[in-house]
Amino acid sequence: MESENAKKFGMVIDLDKCTGCGACMVACMAENNVPFREDETDKLISISWMRVYRLTNRKPFPDTEECFLPRPCQHCEGHGGHSPCVSVCPATATDYDMDTGIVSQIYPRCFGCRYCMAACPYHVRQFNWWDPIWPDGMEKMLNPGVSVRMRGVVEKCSFCIQRYQSAKEQAYMEERREIEEDEYQTACTEACPAGAITFGDLNNPEHAVHQMAQPDPKHEGRPKNPRAFRLLERLGTNTKIYYLSRREWVRKAGDNYLKDEFKNKTHS
Amino acid sequence: MDSALIPKGVKRCPIWQFLLWIGANGAVLAWGVFAMLLIYIKGLNQTNMNNAYGFALWIWADLAVIALGGGAFFTGFLRYIVGKGEIKNIINFAVLIGVICYTSALLILGFDVGQPLRGWFIFWHANVHSMLTEVAFCLSAYLIVLIIEYVPVVLENRQIDKIPFFHKLGHNMHEVMAVFAATGVFLSFFHQGSLGGVPGVLFGRPFGFREGVFIWPWTFFLFTWSAAAGGPCFTILITKLTEKITRKKLVKDNVIELLAKISGWMIFFYIIAKIADTLYWANVTAPSKGFTFMQFYSNNAGSLYGLWILILEIGICGVLPALILITDKGRKTQATLLLAVFLAVLGVGLNRWVMVLQVLAIPVLSFESWATYFPSWQEIATTLLPVAYGVIMISISFRYLPIFPQERELNPIDVPAAAAQVAEPETQTTDAGPEPELSPAES
Repeated sequence: MESENAKKFGMVIDLDKCTGCGACMVACMAENNVPFREDETDKLISISWMRVYRLTNRKPFPDTEECFLPRPCQHCEGHGGHSPCVSVCPATATDYDMDTGIVSQIYPRCFGCRYCMAACPYHVRQFNWWDPIWPDGMEKMLNPGVSVRMRGVVEKCSFCIQRYQSAKEQAYMEERREIEEDEYQTACTEACPAGAITFGDLNNPEHAVHQMAQPDPKHEGRPKNPRAFRLLERLGTNTKIYYLSRREWVRKAGDNYLKDEFKNKTHS
Repeated sequence: MDSALIPKGVKRCPIWQFLLWIGANGAVLAWGVFAMLLIYIKGLNQTNMNNAYGFALWIWADLAVIALGGGAFFTGFLRYIVGKGEIKNIINFAVLIGVICYTSALLILGFDVGQPLRGWFIFWHANVHSMLTEVAFCLSAYLIVLIIEYVPVVLENRQIDKIPFFHKLGHNMHEVMAVFAATGVFLSFFHQGSLGGVPGVLFGRPFGFREGVFIWPWTFFLFTWSAAAGGPCFTILITKLTEKITRKKLVKDNVIELLAKISGWMIFFYIIAKIADTLYWANVTAPSKGFTFMQFYSNNAGSLYGLWILILEIGICGVLPALILITDKGRKTQATLLLAVFLAVLGVGLNRWVMVLQVLAIPVLSFESWATYFPSWQEIATTLLPVAYGVIMISISFRYLPIFPQERELNPIDVPAAAAQVAEPETQTTDAGPEPELSPAES
């Protein structure tokens, strides 16, 4: 049950600003001790919590356009907290927190059935096919606030939840009940040199994410901002990552439409 | 050498021939065990699964063997609940196939998870919303029921039956078997159904997702129905295969025909429901998510998932076997009977394949493409492992247990030959066990 002061942490990513530099991916891996292998060429077996997709409008030169789309975990709420992955996990190894809106993963409880991976249409859930092997000396550079994962379990973006815990502890030490917007920011948000990623509480009208996305609580957070869209909105996943773009073809790429359906939708 | 263990009044091949057969299958089994150990020791990196294909060959094998093992619960239902007397002549074999299928499913699940030592978490930290939780509970419970159903057959072995305790135990178990059979039907309904729910609840995967009743998607009912329809066909197919290999008639035609007829009508109504489900999904469910029907069947490498797969599953492996099996002539002609049961089995297997692998292959994000997958040799070997295990189990059971009650009647052997085969007169004393032609419930 959602409490009165419940937060709903989310992200707004301005795709017109993203240059596809990949700084968010690197920052995420460093912050969250994401394991990597010597050969990372096969992206289907490597792990990256944040993945940047390259989209094109499929038009020939000179009308060709590109867009880079960073894709962290979408932290779906579904209907009443029944996100696609949380409801299917047989061992309750993943959880939807009604107070933060964060979908967490409990690594020591996951036994690697991979049902959540099958359930997630965004491919944000990835499996540890190997035990992590860190280059000599790198163990000392791992983030002590994040547990490393062993072979055979699923992992995914956590919205850098360890940073939220640190911010709350800091506020507690300073005898504050609430944290400020800038006290809890994800690693990818901080690393983005173009300022394309904005992070905050979607429930808080003072937070930038709320103002940019303008989530409509009457329609499960659907954005009122006509430039904003969520990935696969029609599936009812009710995600907390909002994308912004002035380009129609980019907004169209965010979901699946029947012939002429998108045109009718945007013109209605 | 082992004649003292062979049921009375039946003829078996020489021991060397039997051992050679077991050895050949044992080699496949050993290959599978080797691959299984590699997977246990080195992990799932031994497979060709990937982050797009988290479910693959093994999950298909699990779903398929459980569906085909459905012959056990459905024949139990026909025998004990509906009261079809003739079924007693094939129920032992159906239960044996069920035991093999379900132990195989658990064996595969054992190495299919990334952290096998945490397998018990599914019971300890159970999430009641998950279809897999329901599968785990009902499947484990039903395997226990199946073992209870099979134990009396094992106790009927000539030497075991000589021990008074086991003789009485077997007898008493027969008395209460109807209770277990009913329990088995109940449990099977839920685990077959929840296996159907596994893809059906995936609202993030428009190919698998289905609406339904309350918490159960339509696939819940379709999977149960198809297992009840296709399972008996698998029982018939394996019976015919066993007859071919042993060169003996083991079950009377009227028994096979009855089972085939019931199965045929089950497939007939199942396929109507499946067509209705497909039409609704193609015209209502998928378009509401922004997908056209043909998006699921086009633009993939080599048209591996082309429209042909739907035609094969519903038309050739659904409508055709149903039409053959509901006609008297179709059932009575051996060639068409065999063709129909083979197609029905193929259809159930194909349905499970589609509902697992095609679900994951189809891109949902508009900027992704179809995922591809081909199993590694370790996956193939470990999938063949249960097949070899099943052959060995059937071979041993056939040789030493009265699996087919009608075998003696259908294959009379002359007394001197029988005496030569079964040379242990002192065993035929007053404490001889139940007559082998009687099924567990009747003895």
